[in-house]
Amino acid sequence: MSANFTALAYLVSAILFVLALRGLSSPDSSRRGNIMGMAGMAIAIIVTILRPDVLSYEWIIGGIVVGGAIGAVIAQRIAMTAMPQLVAAFHSLVGLAAVLVAAAAFYNPDAYGILGANGELTVLSRVEMSIGIVVGAITFSGSIIAFTKLQGLVSGNPVIFPGQHFVNLLIGLAIVALIIWFCLDLDPTIFWAMTILAFVIGFLIIIPIGGADMPVVVSMLNSYSGWAAAGIGFTLENTALIIVGALVGSSGAILSYIMCKAMNRSFFSVILGGFGGDTAAAGPDKGDRPYKAGSADDAAFIMKNAGKVIIVPGYGLAVAQAQHALREMVDALKEEGVEVVYAIHPVAGRMPGHMNVLLAEAQVPYDEVFELEEINSDFSGADVALVVGANDVTNPAARDDPSSPIYGMPILDVDKARTVLFVKRSMSSGYAGIDNDLFYKDNTMMLLADAKKMVEDIIKAL
Amino acid sequence: MDMVDPTVFRLAIFVLAIFVGYYVVWSVTPALHTPLMAVTNAISSVIIVGALIAAGPAEVNLAKIFGFIAIVLASVNIFGGFLVTQRMLSMYKKKQK
Repeated sequence: MSANFTALAYLVSAILFVLALRGLSSPDSSRRGNIMGMAGMAIAIIVTILRPDVLSYEWIIGGIVVGGAIGAVIAQRIAMTAMPQLVAAFHSLVGLAAVLVAAAAFYNPDAYGILGANGELTVLSRVEMSIGIVVGAITFSGSIIAFTKLQGLVSGNPVIFPGQHFVNLLIGLAIVALIIWFCLDLDPTIFWAMTILAFVIGFLIIIPIGGADMPVVVSMLNSYSGWAAAGIGFTLENTALIIVGALVGSSGAILSYIMCKAMNRSFFSVILGGFGGDTAAAGPDKGDRPYKAGSADDAAFIMKNAGKVIIVPGYGLAVAQAQHALREMVDALKEEGVEVVYAIHPVAGRMPGHMNVLLAEAQVPYDEVFELEEINSDFSGADVALVVGANDVTNPAARDDPSSPIYGMPILDVDKARTVLFVKRSMSSGYAGIDNDLFYKDNTMMLLADAKKMVEDIIKAL
Repeated sequence: MDMVDPTVFRLAIFVLAIFVGYYVVWSVTPALHTPLMAVTNAISSVIIVGALIAAGPAEVNLAKIFGFIAIVLASVNIFGGFLVTQRMLSMYKKKQK
């Protein structure tokens, strides 16, 4: 196998990966796209194994079989509601793999043919290697923290301590200094010190970020895993890795941008953290404002007699695992001749597209599910807006009250529907700790219960 | 004029690939953003090619051990990522009429 053949095969892989992403422009073409992605991966692995410098296969095959079996079992068993933490866990593996590959290249650069004329790693290689390993290490430890927060192993609340940004800055500068030192001196101690500091900084930059900002964090770590792969690609002079790294890096960056825009926050303010705990901060006493509470029977009666119902799902739907019950309820309503559609805010849930996957799992046809821009003008013509486990993304203060912390965030205009039914566990405010005026409006009825239980009760009442 | 360093070519590939990624990802429908993350995660595990080269030599050394662990981790991701994406995508159905 000549080097040229291998490089051309990598090009074919890269094209297949681009087509895999292109396929995701519609659900119909996406399945074929995914198959192309698998084919691209198979080609990249096979031509690499066929390289003349790959001589022993036992470890390789053993590793692929063990890892592949674990991956396949996880993919089959994982609940769709757990998708955000699964993706975070997978990102951490890419990050750690990048660190390990960089370490392998450091200890055996000859195998990759990347030694300079003097028999040492060139300065350029050292810089590329350092960038790959630092970004990889940050991806690893950052994703581990994101995983533990999403899985509920630690509290989703931001962890803040005095001088946090100063400490981060110092560590960042120390890493830069170590990279420069590494360019002058190929000492393994410097290599590992740099790696360990990068692990620490990855940990520190994610702990202050609260649960509800996780869509941005998960997207950002997605992007980092791509840049780490690209960095390693430059070190190993491997075009497949460089191209894939660029694709994944820009993909994650675009998703982060979309998520930030949907929250009207700058990327920088999310990264600085401190916003968005799972539980609301203890604000001024809001308990004395009157609101209208309703029962499942009331809700069933109102919806049965409605012409058009728009359902707005949020993170509460995922927590309560209410997606299947919700669809049964919608089926029952449709039998009564009610038109029902779903409206999804870009940051509903804990990762981009989270709600769409849950509804798809409950066999909701995707052409009944609409994005914010597509459906927002329809609320004024709807008889009922049923909000299930969402809060801030419906808060009219974001539209009307310039003093509100979430002012400017695009929201779903549920308040324009004739009646608003709000399924919620309690009267507490959302993650932003802001009271929602919608709760106290005359046309709003609060259905205070666990989302799944409430929806099941409504089905019974229908 | 002297020869262009191959790294410059690689940089050109990198920059052009960012543009390709940028335009392709903007065309992804928001409903499929979760599968997008799962599949980008799977393809970024193409880092396994670096691990394969490290694990390839006949003699056992530190690099080979690192390479082996990286193969296991990347394989979890490749199989897990593509299969879970397939599982998600198979759930997206149109209205039956």
